[in-house]
Amino acid sequence: MELTRRDAVAALAAIGVGGGVVYGATELREGRGPGESGETPTSADDTGALLETTVALAEIIYPPEVTETESFVRTFVSGRIEDDDARREAMVDAADALDADARSEHGASFRELEPEEGDALLETLGMSQVDPNPEGDERQRIRYYLVNELLYGLMRSPKGGQLVGIENPPGYPGGLDAYQQGPE
Amino acid sequence: MSAADRTPSERVDVCVVGAGPAGGIVAHSLADRGHDVVVLEAGPRVPLAERLERMERHQRPAHDWTDVWGMDGERDAYSSTGDVDYPLNRTRIKGVGGTTLHWIGYTPRFHPKDFEMGTRYGLGTDWPIAYDDLRPYYAEAESELGVAGAEDNPFAPPREEPFPMEAFPPSHSDSILGAACEELDIEVHSVPQARNSEAYDGRSACVGYGTCHPVCPSGAKYDGSVHIRKAESEGARVVDRAPVQRLEHDSEGERVEAAVYATPDGTEHRQEARQFVVACGAIETPRLLLLSQSEQYPDGLANSSGAVGRYLMDHLLYLVTGRLMEPTEQHQVGFSTSVTHQFYDHEEATPGSFFVGFLNYAGPSPVEAALDDGGWGDDLTAAVERSYGGHIGTEALVEQLPNPNSRVTLDPDETDDHGNPVPQIHWTVGDHGRTTAEKAIEVQRDILDEAGARVDYATPADDPLSGSHPMGTTRMGDDPAESVVDRRLRTHDLENLSIASSGVFPTGGAMNPTLTIVALSLKAAEHIHDDL
Ligand SMILES: Cc1cc2nc3c(=O)[nH]c(=O)nc-3n(C[C@H](O)[C@H](O)[C@H](O)COP(=O)(O)OP(=O)(O)OC[C@H]3O[C@@H](n4cnc5c(N)ncnc54)[C@H](O)[C@@H]3O)c2cc1C
Ligand code: SF4
Repeated sequence: MELTRRDAVAALAAIGVGGGVVYGATELREGRGPGESGETPTSADDTGALLETTVALAEIIYPPEVTETESFVRTFVSGRIEDDDARREAMVDAADALDADARSEHGASFRELEPEEGDALLETLGMSQVDPNPEGDERQRIRYYLVNELLYGLMRSPKGGQLVGIENPPGYPGGLDAYQQGPE
Repeated sequence: MSAADRTPSERVDVCVVGAGPAGGIVAHSLADRGHDVVVLEAGPRVPLAERLERMERHQRPAHDWTDVWGMDGERDAYSSTGDVDYPLNRTRIKGVGGTTLHWIGYTPRFHPKDFEMGTRYGLGTDWPIAYDDLRPYYAEAESELGVAGAEDNPFAPPREEPFPMEAFPPSHSDSILGAACEELDIEVHSVPQARNSEAYDGRSACVGYGTCHPVCPSGAKYDGSVHIRKAESEGARVVDRAPVQRLEHDSEGERVEAAVYATPDGTEHRQEARQFVVACGAIETPRLLLLSQSEQYPDGLANSSGAVGRYLMDHLLYLVTGRLMEPTEQHQVGFSTSVTHQFYDHEEATPGSFFVGFLNYAGPSPVEAALDDGGWGDDLTAAVERSYGGHIGTEALVEQLPNPNSRVTLDPDETDDHGNPVPQIHWTVGDHGRTTAEKAIEVQRDILDEAGARVDYATPADDPLSGSHPMGTTRMGDDPAESVVDRRLRTHDLENLSIASSGVFPTGGAMNPTLTIVALSLKAAEHIHDDL
């Protein structure tokens, strides 16, 4: 099941972000952060790195049935942080923390790891047992701001619903037909 | 007047305390008739634009249920001392819109028998008004709220006019439980609800977010902020974050003179008015009257009967859920589409009334399942399928009888953020409720058994959940020695003080209360208009 940029725009619209205007990855990589026109390159760099980290993370945590996750993740994450500095900072902090862990375990940033190494690192960090908490310790914030953030984006989109056979997962305004219909 | 100006207005015609649906309806109805109205609300305004964020708080683990609408702080402290725990802060919201910010939105009318429990069964007491007295107000309430419904319920009371909107069609899982009910000779029908099945009154049609309870991001579900906005457009003034601390009366003790309220900057103000309406819900309304004790009224205001705070009832809520080996398509909308009132109008006194509804949101949602599980990658789909698939469920609301010892009092030991004693809730269930519950649970189990489901949970008969419908604590009646308000919803003791709330229900039936609250609020507004 291929994820597309359009799926991300739909997921964002459901959460109330962007009237379809979502920053593309190139603009961010080139230093033009959301709403910043390149004025504060540091934060644009941070944002670019954050996008790379989340793309690498999605590769590991999204179920194998979903493919082509990159443009979905870039669009989704860019949209989520576009007008939300607090979320951007918290996500960047969590990504920095994940990078620090990656460096001490594998000598490279998280986005540079092979998927197997990334997966092993998440296990080492105990990510499957950690309670997500936006105000918690480092691992809890990684779980909340990175792992669950990406899972949330996916699972409330129709493609995420399809993983378990429903068209209109809660949190997505998919209309009133799906609930009346039986399984296909 | 800027939104942040919380100083009082000069003496107004009407001061309404509480901006839930009851307060909103009264305020709008009176402002629309040209009266000068001020509404004082303890909680904050909640802009529609914030609702998606609140939905996210609800959907993501890490946030408690009460975080969604910011309940549970020192402001909302309470104690619970009855035979069953009363989870107060899960049953109410403080904010412009009140608890309906969070309700599901079912709006059945009470059945005629609910008004005549004394005469028909020798149980509880009769209301001083009958179904026929309330019938025109019910119709008006349905049109104010915007109710979607169908006339397919053979057990419903008589009505003259169609519902404002068409009913929501049944769900896929309704068809599974409906087939079981057909085998059991149980007749199933639609659920009237204050949710737009089409665009209505400037609000969007339901778009299927599926998170109605606790938050509808689209505004398709009615909530009390609708009438607050309408009241404001008719000139009413609404002051948020302004909890009323007490009501002060004149030297004769005949009229309320002012509502004393606090503001976030720590000051207290007095709002004077010719008429006062308390619409704080069935827990805070008696609490405010008790807090307003004076030398002349040492037991609290409007309490010469001693009934203020007594006769606390709720609807006893029982869930029976199970699993099927087939997909049941849950969680694609957040509301029920089929119920049965077949067991409502009973012959014998006990078991009493209940109804059974079919859930469209049984078991964990796929979003919850994915975020809660902890797993990822290969493990994720299997984990979500395991926890999401095949759930099916029913809920029953069960009637309980008024009991003077089931009550709200002031806690002698604990105070809130303003130093006022917190409400102490002593909720009891009673034999009638328990016996009725046993029957309801039997019906619920029969339906699931017939559908071939393996039952995995049933609320015990003697340990019900709260239906989040507190009632009875400022009861209506003709006898001032036995009741707090008269049939005009005015307190017997004070000539310019009315109450708009389920607190005035002398008995509670088993039907969701809000349509009846709104009908009574419209009636109260009409009488206040006559007095002004
Ligand atoms: C989870 C849930 C689901 C529900 N589902 C349904 C349903 O499907 N159908 C149904 O009929 N009902 C339902 N209800 C109940 C419904 O929400 C209430 O019946 C309704 O909101 C009561 O309206 P009200 O205006 O009387 O009180 P509220 O809506 O409780 O409003 C009272 C307001 O008064 C304010 N207030 C309190 N004290 C003070 C004070 N001292 N000074 C100033 N302001 C004060 C409060 O902050 C609040 O905003 C549900 C409730 C819950 C919790
Ligand atoms: S399903 Fe519920 S939450 Fe979604 S739009 Fe309809 S009423 Fe609102």
